[in-house]
Amino acid sequence: MDITTRNTQAPPPAPRPSAAGRKRTSHSATRPGDRIFLGLSRGAGILLLVIMAAIAVFLAYRASLAISKDHGNFLTTFEWNTNLNPPVFGIAVLAFGTVVSSVVAMVIAVPIAVAIALFLTHYAPRRVSGPIGYVIDLLAAVPSIVYGLWGALVLVPNLNGLFSWLNDYLGWTGIFSWDGGAPRSMLTVGILLAIMILPIITNVSREVFRQVPRMHEEAALALGATRWEVVRMAVLPFGRSGVVSASMLGLGRALGETMAVATVLSPDFLIHGSLLNPGGGTFAQNIASKFSEATEYGRDALIASGLVLFVITLLVNGAARMIIARRKEYSGANA
Amino acid sequence: MSTAAVAHKRPSTLRGARLPSWSPWAIAAGSIAAAIGIGAAAGLHSRVQWGVIAAILFVLATYGIAARVEGRRQAKDRVATSLVWVAFLLAVVPLVSLIWVTVQRGVKVLDVYFLTHSMGVVADSQPGGGIYHAILGSLEQVGLATLIGAPIGVLTAIYLVEYGRGRLAKAVTFFVDVMTGIPSIVAGLFILSLMLMLDMQPFGFAGSLALAILMMPVVVRSTEEMLKLVPNELREASLALGVPKWRTILKVVLPTSIGGITTGIMLAIARIAGETAPVLLLVFGNQFINANPFEGAQASLPLYIYQQYSNSAGANAAYDRAWAASLTLIAFVMILNLVARGIARWKAPR
Amino acid sequence: MAKRIDVSGLTAYYGSHKAIEDISMTVEPRSVTAFIGPSGCGKSTFLRTLNRMHEVTPGGRVEGKVLLDDEDLYGAGIDPVSVRREVGMVFQRPNPFPTMSIFDNVAAGLRLNGNYRKAELNDIVEKSLRGANLWNEVKDRLNKPGSGLSGGQQQRLCIARAIAVEPKVLLMDEPCSALDPISTLAIEDLIGELKERFTIVIVTHNMQQAARVSDRTAFFNLAGVGQPGKLIEIDETERIFSNPSVQATEDYISGRFG
Repeated sequence: MDITTRNTQAPPPAPRPSAAGRKRTSHSATRPGDRIFLGLSRGAGILLLVIMAAIAVFLAYRASLAISKDHGNFLTTFEWNTNLNPPVFGIAVLAFGTVVSSVVAMVIAVPIAVAIALFLTHYAPRRVSGPIGYVIDLLAAVPSIVYGLWGALVLVPNLNGLFSWLNDYLGWTGIFSWDGGAPRSMLTVGILLAIMILPIITNVSREVFRQVPRMHEEAALALGATRWEVVRMAVLPFGRSGVVSASMLGLGRALGETMAVATVLSPDFLIHGSLLNPGGGTFAQNIASKFSEATEYGRDALIASGLVLFVITLLVNGAARMIIARRKEYSGANA
Repeated sequence: MSTAAVAHKRPSTLRGARLPSWSPWAIAAGSIAAAIGIGAAAGLHSRVQWGVIAAILFVLATYGIAARVEGRRQAKDRVATSLVWVAFLLAVVPLVSLIWVTVQRGVKVLDVYFLTHSMGVVADSQPGGGIYHAILGSLEQVGLATLIGAPIGVLTAIYLVEYGRGRLAKAVTFFVDVMTGIPSIVAGLFILSLMLMLDMQPFGFAGSLALAILMMPVVVRSTEEMLKLVPNELREASLALGVPKWRTILKVVLPTSIGGITTGIMLAIARIAGETAPVLLLVFGNQFINANPFEGAQASLPLYIYQQYSNSAGANAAYDRAWAASLTLIAFVMILNLVARGIARWKAPR
Repeated sequence: MAKRIDVSGLTAYYGSHKAIEDISMTVEPRSVTAFIGPSGCGKSTFLRTLNRMHEVTPGGRVEGKVLLDDEDLYGAGIDPVSVRREVGMVFQRPNPFPTMSIFDNVAAGLRLNGNYRKAELNDIVEKSLRGANLWNEVKDRLNKPGSGLSGGQQQRLCIARAIAVEPKVLLMDEPCSALDPISTLAIEDLIGELKERFTIVIVTHNMQQAARVSDRTAFFNLAGVGQPGKLIEIDETERIFSNPSVQATEDYISGRFG
């Protein structure tokens, strides 16, 4: 306190020697304190970049060790036998399973999440929507292993009815045919992943819907729009890109989810036409299940599959970012 | 209502025929009754099917009746409303079930003994034992991860908000976003690849490193948001007093936003505390108490849940322990969340 | 096709707060009625009760009667959605739908009510834009987003959107307060033309504007902070501005308060 008052009372000499003064202010980091602080914070930023680069480089290096000795085709082999001599493994089944389970999860979760977000922002009485939003916030924080445990011990035993029903009425499509095995299939995984990512997508969508300017909704109302028409004219168009990026966020989670998949899926190394029959696998699940028995070479092979997962999630996240960036250009926030 | 409409001399343009306000409930009751009838008649056993049939009937009946009485636009509105409600109820079922089952089955064996003993001499299929070693491991790993991840995250955010201009800042912003999307198992594999090269065995700190990687981008994002909320006038006021920039940041900017930053860090802790995959690869799990995170395999709470589930071949005692550990973990995460929100609310209006 | 509005004993609340109390007045068809009064006196709230927009605000509720040619807007069985089709509204800040083109903005209300053929739609959109004196400025860029127009053009776009559905009454809530003087003039001219076809009610802060555009003027006031707003008097605009019958009106108009 004392120091600052003395400082302010001292006449500021800066304006007169203008050239020197300007030079000093533009290089504010010349003070030792400033230099150290800037160095620390910039160093932290650079460290983040280094970590990202290191992740890519190290994974790629270990992966190359594994792939160079792979006697199968890394992309197309339906096998994961890293203990054979020569080893044979490929990611075809894993890539298929990862994509299929995530797509199933998105197909289930996105419409429901959007509906819940609309429910919370536009349909529910305010007294209800506050607490419910809060609970959904908390559900987003439930660890995935708990979802996994619940999925294995509660969800799986309760799916027999749904599976036989799907088999009875939609079995002819092939996608929904069921041999009556335990319901630990890609559909189970998809349903569980959907439940897991539901809170995240709901949260982000709700924030977006809440930001819809009131005046756009009132414009629709004043034209004689019903509530649904207000949603369709003003809310959904405004929130569309936000919902897309929320979904991408959820998709990223679903692609990389490990434990929940590992607990409910009974895996094998085949691609099944039916979503209901057990089998298949995902990148993350395969790593978790194969890891404990893997030799060092086997671990390198798993790292190779992890690298592919890494690249896929990078692409998905990049796409989400591009959508968000485009949204900034074409937003109605000019008024 | 109808008499009033008749009493009017000429046809009204304002008076659309409206269904009475109790009609959604009546339609709901009717469709549930019909669903039970159909379900019983067709011999469908699963309640889920009955629910699905009821929901479909409800939506169809609502549209049909409303379209008849009120017109197509109103019918669409009603269907949208009922779909939104159905979706909401549909989603509530599993989420409530998750919480309910965890609590109900978790309290079975959750007691002081459970919290203060390890699995040291207990076979996985036998009752008894506890999670002390797992709690200890989790606290150490998450604590170390926070010690590494939080300062780096906060410093990076300070760099981005207070200094960041130009290409480096842009690159950092971009890669922080990218990093947010890294699956936890990939972070685990990265540390694993380092360990393979250095020929190391699993230990607690390795898990901490992976968790720290997962934590950093979350902390950066939340801290950035908080720092941006600090009004520029405050910074300028301080700088105008001749206070150097670094002291301005330390004495003015950070204290103003410390509540929000703490909240962000606690939410990040809550998130990494539940991570299983990297811990599985790097820390490996341990039946015994190992208090040293720098040497030897350690246990951890989420990993404990997974191993109780997967290694016990269906023994009920192991499932009970898994649920109790889940309840403990959820409680820990929830408390962190609630405290974080409390701090945010308490510190907010400044 | 313009309709008369008869308000009697109207009181509006926000939750437990009474915003306006016991207002009765008649708005003549094919005329412009202006609402003036100090900030917070409830003129906008009152305006929003005339097309049941008030109840959209959380906690908003209304007592009393609003007769639109003998039919009570708040009567049993009245559909607020149909009310808003009959009574259009233009808001304080221009609010075209940001994700729609100029054409789609004007057609938005029509499309709600289903099936117009493309040619019909084109005709009505052109007619409405001409009616809003905007056609010549936008006819070459009907497919561009409405948010790319200037503020005054956006407000005329909103007027075109409102008149496209052929309402009986047009409510305007300080339509010029966000606009520059030239755009304001354009809107005022437009109001003069529109009153041939619609019953127009306009809330304004600007007394010169009320004097310029309106046939009748209603003065609202409130007894104090937290008190409900009341209608002080309504009369021919000329009388209100030259020889009002209540002292408070004269004080307000001559600038002694507010």
